[in-house]
Amino acid sequence: MSEAHASDVTRRDFLYIATGAAGAVAVGGIVWPLVSQMGPNEREKAAGAPVEIDISAVEPGMLITVIWRGKPYFVRHLTDEEVASATDAPEADFRDYASADSRISAAEGADPKWAIVGANCTHLGCVPTKIDTGLEGWICPCHGSKFDVTGRVMKGPAPTNLPLPPYSFASEEKLVIGLDKAGA
Amino acid sequence: MSGHSTYKPTTGLGKFMDERLPIVRLVHDSFVSFPVPRNLNNWYTFGGILMIMLVSQIITGIVIAMHYTPEATMAFDSVHLLRRDVSYGNTLQVWHAVGASMFFVAVYIHIFRGLYYGSYKAPREVLWILGVVIYLLMMATAFMGYVLPWGQMSYWGAQVITSFFSAIPLVGETVREYLLGGYAVGNATLNRFFSLHYLLPFMIAGIVILHVWTLHVTGQTNPTGVEVKSKQDVIPFTPYATVKDAFAMVVFMIIMCYFVFYMPDYLGHADNYIKADPLTTPAHIVPEWYFLPFYAVLRAVDFNIGIPFTDIVLIDSKLGGVLAMFGAIAVLFFVPWLDTSDVKSANYRPTYKIFFWIFAINAVFLGYLGSRPAEGIWIPLMKASTFWYFLHFIVIMPLLGWFEKPLPRPASITDAVLSKASSGGASQIDGAAAEPQSKG
Repeated sequence: MSEAHASDVTRRDFLYIATGAAGAVAVGGIVWPLVSQMGPNEREKAAGAPVEIDISAVEPGMLITVIWRGKPYFVRHLTDEEVASATDAPEADFRDYASADSRISAAEGADPKWAIVGANCTHLGCVPTKIDTGLEGWICPCHGSKFDVTGRVMKGPAPTNLPLPPYSFASEEKLVIGLDKAGA
Repeated sequence: MSGHSTYKPTTGLGKFMDERLPIVRLVHDSFVSFPVPRNLNNWYTFGGILMIMLVSQIITGIVIAMHYTPEATMAFDSVHLLRRDVSYGNTLQVWHAVGASMFFVAVYIHIFRGLYYGSYKAPREVLWILGVVIYLLMMATAFMGYVLPWGQMSYWGAQVITSFFSAIPLVGETVREYLLGGYAVGNATLNRFFSLHYLLPFMIAGIVILHVWTLHVTGQTNPTGVEVKSKQDVIPFTPYATVKDAFAMVVFMIIMCYFVFYMPDYLGHADNYIKADPLTTPAHIVPEWYFLPFYAVLRAVDFNIGIPFTDIVLIDSKLGGVLAMFGAIAVLFFVPWLDTSDVKSANYRPTYKIFFWIFAINAVFLGYLGSRPAEGIWIPLMKASTFWYFLHFIVIMPLLGWFEKPLPRPASITDAVLSKASSGGASQIDGAAAEPQSKG
């Protein structure tokens, strides 16, 4: 009986499974390019090359917005008071605490006074507006998230700090976004 | 309700076709002899109005697409060229843009009518769910259509809405890049939105056919909520419903024309007359009015949800807001099972009727809150209003079925109609129908 049963199933069941498997592979092969074409194309990816920015004209207290990979980034030259307030701010003020040192930098030998952060709010991507009164940083016009002068989130709904792009200072006057000190 | 056909072909061609492709029979059975309850009020005309709006949007859309350039540097100018230099271009473009708003006016009345008269209850669950699917497709279509003129609101609306998907844990950013076709909203995004904006209305038309099909299997509800029991309860679709629907369409179109010809930009945003600028977000970004309630729900969640008394965050504020917003729409799918009452019409449900109106007012208030900035008093109000929205569906609806004592219902539609007529219409049988069209 078991022999009869076995001979009953082998060939036809094998064909069913083989056909099903081949069909699944075929569907996958059709779906793959249809999904893959949705992603960023090669030119878009190539546009990720580092950009050089001349920052010699950016005085303390000034802010410029630059584009890298199609996204805006803030380059903010902090004043001494802003640096002090960011350094002294208690950890409890922040939703995603990071030390002020980790978010401010400069060319070697110079005072770290530059905050270079992504300009899209980590909530839903709006560009936050600089607050010009007091020592506060940015507020997002879309959903009211607040960031300090170094882009650390103080009030939701944004869950995390404004991201730090890879960047480095080629000189005191030249900033490179897209390339960090290690050259990555 | 889909009784046997009464169609009799009279001409030779009619007989020839009827034996081969009985399409005339189908139309006759669906829109001529189809029996409808005799007591349908004006709130039941919005289905027909929605059909007309869909056709109107497709026709104007096809025409203005002939003048549109789906390319990031040219799209904005092509829309303004259409508005200024193409013969009747201004009217056609405005008709399409205002039409989208009016489409939503009609769909919201249609949905609230369904909620009031219990149109989602057995055996019409599938009818209701297909309706929610249409509503979802409409929202996707309207959103993508709003991006096409490539103004500031278009651009930042696309930025915000596609960012919803970046809230998905782990794969969110990749999903968003695949939606956008780049690292930021750009030309690739505009192109695919144009393609999908052209496709989705035809998918809506397909679901509408299913929606009408289920309607014609189950038959329509009516203001009494009592099912059709005899031939006396019904009248043929043509001429009665046809004429009533046509009259409602005309009234609706007059209101629409007022917007199109006298205040074409009233329902839009001034910021959308500024070309898209990836560097500057408009000071006060709001979606189109028909998304405002959901926008308020999104913004109401500005806190992380975690395990109490620990620092463990389970759902951060961003994911929480997005889940709440999608949840506010998804909950509609479950309404047929959340409402535990057997009584369909709110006319015979005194408590539900009160909560229905509180819900309706709250929904409008949510929309108002969605237009306010996310600061000060508005934030706690958004939270309270959002809380009530969910409370209505998840707690009030199920509980009312258990605790509410419904009023006695009429034995049949005909009974209800005749008793209303004999009491000189004094019985307050339908507060909703007392001022028909006032909001249309």
